[in-house]
Amino acid sequence: MKQGARAVPNDPNSSTPYRLQSLVNKGALTRLVIIGAAVLIVVGCFAFVGGWLSPHRPTQARMIDRFEQVDGVWPGFRRNHAKGVCIAGNLDSNGEGVRLSKAAVFQRGRVPVIGRFSLAGGQPYVADGPAAVRAMGLSFRPPNGEEWRTAMIDIPVFIVKDPEGFYDQLLATKQDPATGKPDPAKMKDFLARHPETGRALQIVQAKPFSSGFANASYNGLDAFRFVDAAGAATPVRWSMVAAEPFEPETPAQSTAQDKNYLFDAVIARIKRAPVEWHVVVTIGQPGDPTDDATIPWPSNRQQVDVGTLTINHIEGEAPGNCRDVNFDPLVLPSGIEPSDDPLLSARSAAYSTSFTRRAGEKKEPSAVQVPDRGKGA
Amino acid sequence: MMAQQLQFTAFSRLLHWTMALMVLAMLFIGMGMVASLSNYHWLISIHKPLGILILILVAIRLVNRLLNPAPPLPQGMPAWQRFAAHGSHVVLYALLFALPLVGWAMLSAARYPIVLYGSLELPPILPHDVALYAVLRTTHTVLAFLLFATFIAHFGAALMHALIYRDCVFQSMASWSRAWVNSPALPK
Repeated sequence: MKQGARAVPNDPNSSTPYRLQSLVNKGALTRLVIIGAAVLIVVGCFAFVGGWLSPHRPTQARMIDRFEQVDGVWPGFRRNHAKGVCIAGNLDSNGEGVRLSKAAVFQRGRVPVIGRFSLAGGQPYVADGPAAVRAMGLSFRPPNGEEWRTAMIDIPVFIVKDPEGFYDQLLATKQDPATGKPDPAKMKDFLARHPETGRALQIVQAKPFSSGFANASYNGLDAFRFVDAAGAATPVRWSMVAAEPFEPETPAQSTAQDKNYLFDAVIARIKRAPVEWHVVVTIGQPGDPTDDATIPWPSNRQQVDVGTLTINHIEGEAPGNCRDVNFDPLVLPSGIEPSDDPLLSARSAAYSTSFTRRAGEKKEPSAVQVPDRGKGA
Repeated sequence: MMAQQLQFTAFSRLLHWTMALMVLAMLFIGMGMVASLSNYHWLISIHKPLGILILILVAIRLVNRLLNPAPPLPQGMPAWQRFAAHGSHVVLYALLFALPLVGWAMLSAARYPIVLYGSLELPPILPHDVALYAVLRTTHTVLAFLLFATFIAHFGAALMHALIYRDCVFQSMASWSRAWVNSPALPK
C-alpha cells in the first residue's frame, strides 16, 4: 500500500479531472508549464539537429545550394560533374588484392563495371577546355551483390581538406559577373585561411593535363582502409592508371570548333578498341596522412597492381544507365572501409542531395551524345 | 485480475519503452544525418539497420497488441480524447510500418545497395527508377515529420495524464510497480 509522495490517481469514473476548471489552479498551471517546456525542449533539440537554429552551418542542402549559386540550376543534371557520358566494361582482377582486402571484387576473375566520364563543374553544356578536371566514376558489380563505387579525378591531390574548406572554396572561386573571373581578393583571402589549398594547387599546376580521357589516370585521392579476411586493416589510396601513354593537352585541341572535343575523342577511341587502366593500390605507412587529401603520400610507397579495368562500351546518358547512378564514394563492399578523411562523409552526403534533387526533375538531353554504331563518330 | 486490466503486460511495456528509445533516436538520427556533412556516414550506417529492427519489432508489437489488448481508458475521459488516443495509436503503428518500408523501397528505386552491416544486404523491393525514388524520398521525409508530430502529441498527452489528469493512463505503461493499482481511489 505504499504510495509515498506520488499523487494518488483520480477516480477514473469521474470526468472531473478532464474538465477545463481542473487546469485553472496554481498547481495545475505550474505543471502545465512544465509539460509545455518539456515538449518545447524536445522540439528545440530536433530543430537544432536539423540545422534550423544555425543558418551558417554548412549542411548538405546548403552545400548543394552553393553549387547552384555558382553554376546555376540545370534541372535533371548532377550539381557537380554535370557534363558526362556513360561507359561500361570489366575489371579483370589478378588476385593480388586479396592479401589486402577480402572484398569479392579483388578475387581473381572478372567483374562487370559501369561508369561515367565527366568534367568537374556544375554546367552540363560547358565547352570542353584545357583546364577542365576530368573524372571517372565507376560501379563494380560482382555477382554476389557487394557493389563498390568510386569517383575519381585526374589531379594528384584534392584542393581542400574538409567540407568547410570546400564550402568556402566554392564561393571564393565563383565568377564575378562583372569580369567573368573569380574575384582575386576573395581568392587571396580564402588562400590565407586555407594554406593547404595553396600547397595543393602548386602540386596540381605542376602537372599538365592529358590530351584526353583515355590517356588520363584517375585518382581516388581520399584514403580508405582495406580489410583482409583476418580483419587486418591497411591504409590505401587507389588510382586507375592509364595503360595508354600520357600525352599532354595541346593548345590546338581546345581551339577546335567542337565544344565536346574531349568527349568525342574518347567516344571514337572506345569505338575503335577497348581502353585499359591498371587498378593500382598505394599502401600507406604509419604517419602518412589519411585525413587530408591535399597532401600526397611519399612517392616511394609500395604500389600493388590488383587488376585491369577495360572499358569497351560508351553511350550517351539515358534512363537507367549511369545517368541514374549516384557514384557515392561510400558505397563500399565489405573489405573496403572509409578512413578518417572528413571529405568522404561530406562527399557521400552532398552527392546524395544532388542525386535526390535531380531525380525528381524533368530530364533534358545531355550535351554528349554517342552516334549509333556504324555511322561513325 | 485488476492489475492485468489496468496495466499493459510486462512484455508490452518492454516493447513500448525499447521502441520508444529506438524511434526517438531514429528521428534524431534521420534529422541529423540529412543536415550533416561530416556526420552523415556514421549516422546513416546506424539509420538503415535500426530502421529494419524497428520494422521487425513493430510487426511483433502489432501481433502482441492484438493478443494482449490495451487496458481500457478511464470511463470519465471525454469522447474527443478517447478518439484522439485511439486515432494517434493507429497513426503511430501505421507510420512505424510505413517509414522503414518506404525507406527500403526508396533505396531500391535509387539502386543503392541496402547494406545493414558488413556483407549483410537486403534485396531491392523495387526496380531502378529515379523518378519513383524522388517521390518515395519526399514521402519518407513527410512521414518522418508526421511521426515526429505524432510522437510529440503522444508525449504531451502522456505528461497530461501523468501530471494533470492523474488518471491511471500514464501508469498503465510507465509504472513498474503495481502499488498504485491498489490505490483506494480506484474502483474495487
